[in-house]
Amino acid sequence: MTGPYSQSFAIQGKNFFNAGKASTEIKTMLKDLGIDPAIVRRVAIATYEAEMNVVMYAEEATLIVEVTPRAIRILVNDRGPGISDINLAMQEGYSTATAEMREMGFGAGMGLPNIKRNSDDFKVSSTVGQGTKLEITVNIN
Amino acid sequence: MLDEFHSIKIEGEKCQARMACMHACPTQAIRVRNRKATILRDRCIDCGECVRVCPSHAIVPLTSSFSDLSKFAYTVAIPSPVFYSQFGKDVRPGAILNALKKAGFDDAYDVACASESVSIAIQEYLDSNESPRPLISPFCPAIVRLIQIRYPNLLENLIPIESPMEIAAREVKRLKMNELGLRENEIGVVYLTPCPAKTISVKHPPRKKHSFVDGMIAISEIYPTVLQLLARSDGGESVQDIRGLGLGWPILGGQVACLKAEDCLAIAGLTDVMRVLDDIENGKLRDIQYIECHSCPTACVGGSLTVENPYIARGRVLRMVEKFGSVPCQDREKIRDLYEKRFFSLVGSIAPSPVQPLDDDIAIAIQKMQQKQQTYEMLPKIDCGGCGAPTCMTFAEDVVKGQASIDECVFLAMKTFESISCELMETVLKHSRKIRANVEPGSHET
Repeated sequence: MTGPYSQSFAIQGKNFFNAGKASTEIKTMLKDLGIDPAIVRRVAIATYEAEMNVVMYAEEATLIVEVTPRAIRILVNDRGPGISDINLAMQEGYSTATAEMREMGFGAGMGLPNIKRNSDDFKVSSTVGQGTKLEITVNIN
Repeated sequence: MLDEFHSIKIEGEKCQARMACMHACPTQAIRVRNRKATILRDRCIDCGECVRVCPSHAIVPLTSSFSDLSKFAYTVAIPSPVFYSQFGKDVRPGAILNALKKAGFDDAYDVACASESVSIAIQEYLDSNESPRPLISPFCPAIVRLIQIRYPNLLENLIPIESPMEIAAREVKRLKMNELGLRENEIGVVYLTPCPAKTISVKHPPRKKHSFVDGMIAISEIYPTVLQLLARSDGGESVQDIRGLGLGWPILGGQVACLKAEDCLAIAGLTDVMRVLDDIENGKLRDIQYIECHSCPTACVGGSLTVENPYIARGRVLRMVEKFGSVPCQDREKIRDLYEKRFFSLVGSIAPSPVQPLDDDIAIAIQKMQQKQQTYEMLPKIDCGGCGAPTCMTFAEDVVKGQASIDECVFLAMKTFESISCELMETVLKHSRKIRANVEPGSHET
């Protein structure tokens, strides 16, 4: 029995050019593994939201995806401003996005709630001034 | 087996293994093995890019020939509206239909008008349906196939409306059966196609329904005949008036231009289409109503079986729309009524057809994914194609799937050769020093 398959991505804050690349690569990898499309879609949405949060708010982050026969786990560890009130950030419609971000179709205050909705387990922890950690799990089957 | 139907084939004896097709294939579906190109059927979406680039003309569309039509008592050509853009700028669509009648068909029937009715049906569907947005146009068979193999989640976004080709074929059969008292199978309806992909919607429609089209002839095949006939025409004959916005369907944005809905997109070229499909799968673009998608970068006027430069053809389409587009050819109320009667509805569902995964057992698939990544790390990552796979990543996958052997990589083979030669050289030198020391007394080289 070998360990989980894992892949790591470096995400840069404020880099909209590469935004979404990690989630697309992860999606392709999951499809190649033959994972159920409905599960792939949940992972895609959750990863994309997490990736966009980094692009919009943080300096940089490492995104690691781990796949076992039972589950897909995504860990995002960013260096950035952090979230001062996680409960508030988990409320639908709450957002600190700027007008420009909203203009680009982001900042509807759906980011974290959307990740939660599309995952089976979701943990957030954050230190203001340092960064945020996300741990997203989507079960297979 | 039926699922393996494809609209193109490689004629082995003509293939010179020059790899243009392999590099051009947007879904990495071609491998060159034993000096012949082969198509991996589960990955091919029939886009026709390989047909376009093959320097040996070894990849041919599976279209019909004129002799196939002899079994019908009566034949009708229904040219894709792309056909109207292939001749001089002042040649009227009606004159082209006349030329087709002289070319050997009993009649020729316009499809652009059906495109207009289909556009009205799409508008009705958008106005009355709450299904997930954005809705995606189902008229490019290569896009439908791409969604089947790579984006099964988005099958429900394909709008279930018949194509103008089918609507025109069905209509022409109904008219001719009434007019001539013929049975349906005595009338042969032939579509003049700009691309091989359209053959799929006839021979193997994704919703597994009966098609009213009986044959396909490539525009490039019939073009010389029609060109000659047009040159001979004296211009004195009566010419049918072809009009309406449906004339614009062959170019990018042609479908969207017929709709009243705001928030529509028109996208051409597989790279851009895939980017947008990824966005939709990631949960974006939900405020977009309708997306017109074409596999060919210049939409249907750039199909691989066309003749004219696609940009010139596009210019001609725009000119036709300007001249004949403003007057509709259909009565909107009548079409709405037909829509209510489900005249345009496509029934049945489209099944996903995913690419063969690394393994059916997820645990083994994960192991193979690790091996694939390790194999890839050994490769030069320059996608030279020398091994017969289009990229180092696809080669790594082939190796893991047991379809290729690692020493087929030219670079790894060179490295192996280099180290073997070095070892050999050292041994030779060692021996020669020893021998020389023995036979040439006085030489004390170390």
